[in-house]
Amino acid sequence: MSLGDICALACAETFKGDGNAMVSPMAPIPKLGAKVCKALWEPDLVLTDGVATIIDLDGEVEGWMPFSRVFDTLWNKKRHVMMGATQIDAHGNQNISCIGDFAKPKVQLLGVRGAPGNTICHPTSYWVASHSAKVFVERVDMISGIGTDRGAAEIRRVVTNLGVFDFLGEGGRMRVVSLHPGVERAQVEAATGFGLAWPDEVPVTREPTADELAALDRFDPERKIRSRVEA
Amino acid sequence: MRQLSVDEVIGELRSGMTIGIGGWGSRRKPMALVYALAKSDLTDLTIVSYGGPDVGILCALGKVKKLVYGFVSLDSIPLEPHFRVARQKGTIPEVVELDEGMFQLGLRAAAWNVPFLPTRAGLGSGVMDVNPHLKTVECPYTGEELVAMPALKLDAAFVHMNRADARGNGQYLGPDPYFDDWFCMAADKAYMSCEKLALEDAAIQTRLINRTMVDAVVLAPGGAGFTECPPDYPRDEAAQKAYAATAKDPEAFRAWLEAQ
Repeated sequence: MSLGDICALACAETFKGDGNAMVSPMAPIPKLGAKVCKALWEPDLVLTDGVATIIDLDGEVEGWMPFSRVFDTLWNKKRHVMMGATQIDAHGNQNISCIGDFAKPKVQLLGVRGAPGNTICHPTSYWVASHSAKVFVERVDMISGIGTDRGAAEIRRVVTNLGVFDFLGEGGRMRVVSLHPGVERAQVEAATGFGLAWPDEVPVTREPTADELAALDRFDPERKIRSRVEA
Repeated sequence: MRQLSVDEVIGELRSGMTIGIGGWGSRRKPMALVYALAKSDLTDLTIVSYGGPDVGILCALGKVKKLVYGFVSLDSIPLEPHFRVARQKGTIPEVVELDEGMFQLGLRAAAWNVPFLPTRAGLGSGVMDVNPHLKTVECPYTGEELVAMPALKLDAAFVHMNRADARGNGQYLGPDPYFDDWFCMAADKAYMSCEKLALEDAAIQTRLINRTMVDAVVLAPGGAGFTECPPDYPRDEAAQKAYAATAKDPEAFRAWLEAQ
């Protein structure tokens, strides 16, 4: 059992209940999770090849999803996106636009892309491969995805290399759902630039069952995706 | 329908114009027209684009007075290096960073001849903070607040199609039309370049552009390279890398541009 298995399974769990929604995982681990979720629990999930076609789990083309239809779908609320985040705050406001002052940024990133529209219309989750106080900050430099305090439809989960989080803390603040095996509370507190809500007993993120592991192996046969996850 | 050369198109433009550029990121960009614009003496441009190397090149040359974008990316190189340098040095006088969906609605509003279109996208986000010209409206039926995305009116638009004909029909054969039809309809003058001047016998829906939407056709084989133009050619990743590598060296960039 590896940390990559646990993180990919935690991503898979975030898509449970999404039915026939389009799911848009942006990075390899969430993509793996989405495939596992579709294979095990949600056969109707709509996955795309990241270009313009809907593909099934064998990679066969099912249908058409050009960018204009992606916007239709997301405004229609039939989507769950799992984005990355360069910065994220206690309410789940996310930044992928730039670091520093917007007028003359220290580091120009992608731009807000579709994050404002995604977050106000439909469920959004985040995958953060390296949980640190540089990512989890008191204030993000440019609000791209909006958080629970600014009208987000639903910030469902944040999955990181340390644990799983939601925003059901007081006032919609980020709350610990579980920590991955071997991760200590102090380690997470030191790697988070704001106070987290903690349950009385902190669960340990569950490990995959034999069936779940088989599904993870099916879509990542050489463990290339999972082996990249580092503690 | 007029048929023009790339240089004749540039000859119809003036400094200070607002130019929309079709395609998406590093995908089916009208690069032959972009290179000609880059090599011209036109300046003080407002560029409206789902940005890729078009934005990087024009920003690196200091031709952009105002940039309207939802993102700028080379896809396989996620962060456009020339755009990054321009932003981090502060050499683009005005930037309008939008949600990708808001951007689309701006084109549609211009095409449909309405001053704005309402949307939820953008509410609560930094887009509203860094663009004080963006306003909200109260819905007359429900009272809810919505962003009034203003029309993105274009003086000119460039798009590149896989196929066109001399009558002004344009055909895309790849998987995604992007928003090229809306760029054309949002513009006073739309210029459509193409790989070949002959339509393919493919599904009628591939004929995205009709002649009400364009003002001239330009034959430009290879005219989207180095960006991808499937099924005619994939992205030239080596050429894109060579372009990206010039971001920190203005002399190398000038030499690279001359060679295009």
